[in-house]
Amino acid sequence: MSETYIARSQAIASRLLGNEMMVMSVIDSTFFSLNEAATLIWESADGCTELMDIVEQKICPTFQVDPETALHDALQFVRQLSQHDILKVSSRPLNEAASVKIPA
Amino acid sequence: MTLIDDMSLRALHLGIPFSAHVDVTYRCNERCIHCYLDHDDHGEMTTAEIKDVLRQLAEAGSFFLTFSGGEVFLRRDFFELLEYARSLMFNVRIKTNGIMIRDGEAERLLQLGIEQVQISVYSHRAEIHDAITKVPGSFKRTIEAIRFLKSKGLRVLIANILMTANIGDQNGVHRLARELEVAYAVDPTITPMMDGNTSILNLRIGGGDLETVLHDESLVDDVDEYCAAPERPDDTPERIPCGAGHTLIYISPYGDVYPCVQFPMPSGNVRRQQLIDIWRHSPQLNDLRSIRVKDLPVCSSCSHAASCSRCPGLAYMEGSMRGPSTADCEKSFYRTGVRSENMIRRGLKVPQRPLVQIQAAL
Repeated sequence: MSETYIARSQAIASRLLGNEMMVMSVIDSTFFSLNEAATLIWESADGCTELMDIVEQKICPTFQVDPETALHDALQFVRQLSQHDILKVSSRPLNEAASVKIPA
Repeated sequence: MTLIDDMSLRALHLGIPFSAHVDVTYRCNERCIHCYLDHDDHGEMTTAEIKDVLRQLAEAGSFFLTFSGGEVFLRRDFFELLEYARSLMFNVRIKTNGIMIRDGEAERLLQLGIEQVQISVYSHRAEIHDAITKVPGSFKRTIEAIRFLKSKGLRVLIANILMTANIGDQNGVHRLARELEVAYAVDPTITPMMDGNTSILNLRIGGGDLETVLHDESLVDDVDEYCAAPERPDDTPERIPCGAGHTLIYISPYGDVYPCVQFPMPSGNVRRQQLIDIWRHSPQLNDLRSIRVKDLPVCSSCSHAASCSRCPGLAYMEGSMRGPSTADCEKSFYRTGVRSENMIRRGLKVPQRPLVQIQAAL
């Protein structure tokens, strides 16, 4: 499987409310509330850290979940947000990006 | 309950000023006959001061940010403020008359990711709109602005304030909004001037017109439900009357903090105190937060208690934030045909205008 890099879009508004992140697309006003795990991925979406590294280094130790399950869930989350242009996804670090289609 | 409602409720429980309204100036390039503001500059916050307020709002957890005035584009630093607000990841909405928005401004608003631009339109006829704004040509400029914004793909809302001078044009403005493919909102609320002058309340529309608006099927999803006789859920007495001061905060161009833009109860000033200290420790805000529906001497026993749009800010301007807002009694009456407790106690069969007696002012 190819590497996956993710970066937060600029066309969003976001704020941490308690321990969950609110994210709203300013393009279509779609509103998301991210749970703690998704918030951790969101905050790590810097465009240059590979998704698998985020999962292994942040999600697995924090939530005591195996990497395979965590990556599966992370890809699902990334797919959902990228459909609303809230997350940008690439097979390379995002300043040299080429878009990648997340497997269904 | 929508997700945003759920988040608002969470913000309420966490004590977060979820929605902030910041007026960056009271200066204006229109002179609307119903406006409550003093347009002279009495010492507006500087760019640095407003940026600091925005930073503090972001730290406090505010998510929705509305910039308004006065006319926001009269501030030469307005785009700088917008840019800073967006860098803090606020969901930003703007209220403007649109006169100063041309193609370049619209493009910049798009690039900055502004969620919505609300523009006041008073009539579909230029002569009526211009007579209300007292600026010849303002209708043309405002409609051009809406077209510029729409051409960029920005979301626009036409706000139509109803008053005696334009009540006959409500359907025309609604049609215009549909032609322009923008959202439309109507508001019959006229508030007293900041100095306590109530003369503009004479512009409030009469009961018959209010009844027509409140029963307009094109404005209300389900008229039968909306206008049904009031019912009272069991939890009404324990409810908070309004979000003002709970999840809403208003900051004036001079740094004064209030519970809401329509609630002129001075609660602190960000030039002298940190915003979070005002929010958490202001005696006025904490007094307001202690109020539940059961604590309202008249309204707690009113049959409209659960469904009334009672504005505690208008009640405050009538004399007590725990008292009735007679303008809202009038709305409840014309919506349902059922008199409010306030009207019964005052022996009012049909509301008389003007209903608001001002005892407090900014």
